[in-house]
Amino acid sequence: MNHSSAQNTLKKYPLLTYIAKRLVSGLIAIWFIATATFFGMHMIPGDPLSSEKQVSPQIRKNLEARYGLDKPLLTQYGIFLKNIIKGDFGISFTQENRKVNDIIREHFPISALLGLLALFFASLGGIGLGALAAFHKNQLSDHLIMIMVILVVSVPGFVFAALSQLGIMKVNDLLHSNFPIAGFDGITYLIVPAIVLGLGTLAYITRLMRSSLLDIESADYIRTAKAKGLSNGQIFVKHKLRNALLPVVTVLGPAIAGITTGGLVVEMVFAIPGLGKYFVEAVQQLDYTVIMGTTVFYGGFLVITVILVDIFYGWVDPRIQVVK
Amino acid sequence: MSYDRELPAIDKTEFLPYSGRKQDPIQRPSANYWQQAFRKLKANFPALISLFIIIGLLLFTLIGDKIWRVDPYAQDLTQISSPPSFNKKALVIPDKIHYQPVYLSNLEDYTVKTSSTGMSIIGTPTTQFIAFKWQPVAGAKGYQIFRHEYLPHGIDDLGVPLGTNDSGDHVSYLDALRLEPIDYFYSVIPIFEEGQLNQYSTIKITAANAIALGDAVGLGIIPKHQKMHYLGKVINLPAHPLGTDYLGRDMLARLIEGGKTSLFIGLVAPLIFVFLGLLYGGISGFLGGKADEIMMRFVDFIIALPFLLFMILFKVAFGIGPGESGIFPMLVALILLSWPSVARLIRGQVLQLKEMPYIESSKLMGAGVFHLTLKHMLPNVTGLLLVTFTFAIPSAIFTEAFLSFIGMGVVPPTPSWGSLCNDGIQTLLTHPHELIFPALFISITVLAFNLLGDGLRDAFDVKTKGERP
Repeated sequence: MNHSSAQNTLKKYPLLTYIAKRLVSGLIAIWFIATATFFGMHMIPGDPLSSEKQVSPQIRKNLEARYGLDKPLLTQYGIFLKNIIKGDFGISFTQENRKVNDIIREHFPISALLGLLALFFASLGGIGLGALAAFHKNQLSDHLIMIMVILVVSVPGFVFAALSQLGIMKVNDLLHSNFPIAGFDGITYLIVPAIVLGLGTLAYITRLMRSSLLDIESADYIRTAKAKGLSNGQIFVKHKLRNALLPVVTVLGPAIAGITTGGLVVEMVFAIPGLGKYFVEAVQQLDYTVIMGTTVFYGGFLVITVILVDIFYGWVDPRIQVVK
Repeated sequence: MSYDRELPAIDKTEFLPYSGRKQDPIQRPSANYWQQAFRKLKANFPALISLFIIIGLLLFTLIGDKIWRVDPYAQDLTQISSPPSFNKKALVIPDKIHYQPVYLSNLEDYTVKTSSTGMSIIGTPTTQFIAFKWQPVAGAKGYQIFRHEYLPHGIDDLGVPLGTNDSGDHVSYLDALRLEPIDYFYSVIPIFEEGQLNQYSTIKITAANAIALGDAVGLGIIPKHQKMHYLGKVINLPAHPLGTDYLGRDMLARLIEGGKTSLFIGLVAPLIFVFLGLLYGGISGFLGGKADEIMMRFVDFIIALPFLLFMILFKVAFGIGPGESGIFPMLVALILLSWPSVARLIRGQVLQLKEMPYIESSKLMGAGVFHLTLKHMLPNVTGLLLVTFTFAIPSAIFTEAFLSFIGMGVVPPTPSWGSLCNDGIQTLLTHPHELIFPALFISITVLAFNLLGDGLRDAFDVKTKGERP
């Protein structure tokens, strides 16, 4: 009785059902990420204590007990899962008395800011360039933009990062100016890194924007708009641009994932103290808890972002049915 | 209802084949799937060029070291980070530097070339060492020496502080710090009891490229038995068409060697994971139903893993033993994380194919699983497979480059294009060629494979079949 009424309520709210379903599968995905991370980490030969300087067996035992390394693997796994549910990622192995939660709390906002800026540059630039290319279809500017897009996709991000650093250096030399080359002390330090980080996504959005604008060209409503006597500019802004933007929204999910992981390199090259740089350093130093914490955190972040973006599509474009 | 109406008489000849003027054939010569695809590919200029570039790159890495026989591991510390050059010359000088510090007491012992600033060069300035001296300043208790690559603007802009002479009558300096065959501007500031005054003098010294006799013999540039013959002469140094790296290793040889690593990972990993994906996706799609759902759920989870983070994690987890290059762990990690997306693609295609009428009729005629797979399924996913494979190569090369760049890839001294980039970024500001060449190779390779992939996708896309190329 109760069960069927619950089902009826769910049927009344298909969107809620959909969100609930997605959240459940998202939770399973996060669990899978956590498990893969845990067992991946424990496959590593040696343990975090083996790199320390020679210690007596007694001290080693104490250390193992402190970090729970003396317990059986499955028990450790259980503790690990329990702590994750509590939102506690443990204490860093290499940095004295530093909680992984604190590391994430301090450094993730910088990465997030960098990512948001990159996303902003990428969407703005991509939409603009894509529209420009479509507007001047088969003219010089279109060809130039498309060549640029192909080139950008073929050059590794770290090369752009390094070359842009060199570029800033030369500009500073030339103008006796003082643009920041590396480090982080305010948002100005993130502008060039964000542009570099967003380049790949920018190229992708440009391509998508151009092709979706060209697809729309022959749509009925464009013909209607022309028949009504609207000017080219009006048609472009009011009818073409708005409709062409929709497919671009669908890229946001993968774009956020790409920008998040691409941040690793950019943060390293520009010495930005974001979470990505920390992750790479933690891997180099085999800091178990930091690696596991950041991976699970990033994984969870991505899973949730993708779900949110999916729900967002449905809201932006009612024609897309997120609910089946 | 009777057929009482007479049929018109029809002559027998009306039924003979038409023997008049031959009509133009309405159809093009029939071409099968592969021939059509190939014809379209040939018409695609960028894709065709890319194909040739890829063949060229493969030849470059495979037989390049047979032609350019320079050891990619041989270090030449006399030519560190030297820019691309073919005919670099060097002066052969003795191994031992005959130099004694100049004090006021023995000032006259040296032949001096006096400059307007009162500073003068001692001996021949070379890239091995540059020695100079200056007029003593009355009352100075010491001197500080600076080096710059440009004419200093003022006392705040004298360049690299090289050292300090602690005695007022020690009026010479020997510089042997990473010298290159360029112009240097040396400046000397006298230091007094009360500190330094706004007073300095500068001399411009051009360093000649030089090589010590012992080094020249050690590198095999000049024969050992008549080495004294070469002393003081100018010899040709080994050519480095793409320059050398920070240990004086030949960049061209290292790019050839690094290409082997990069292309090996870029080709082998996709080959294996596309095959695994085909197997898994094929089985999943073929079975359908509950089994398909479970198999695909597993695929979904692996795809949800943050790719690069897990690449790094697995790469570390598989460990690197001593003396290993780190290629194998990277290969395994790449395969483990990449097959699911191929599986998903193949499964979708197989699900579509399963509904095709020709599969149905083949089944009705009693075809077994083996026959269906081999005769119908496989040929119909080949195009998709080829396109997937082509696009998988650049992303594998990118991944390798990325990992090697952050120091998680191949282990030194094994070069790969990514690790060469990593080395190059350290010297980017002074010697950009060390980053630019490997980056160029990565970019050209990735570009070529991407364009070829685009071409293949267009060529194999059945939707465009009706259109003329």
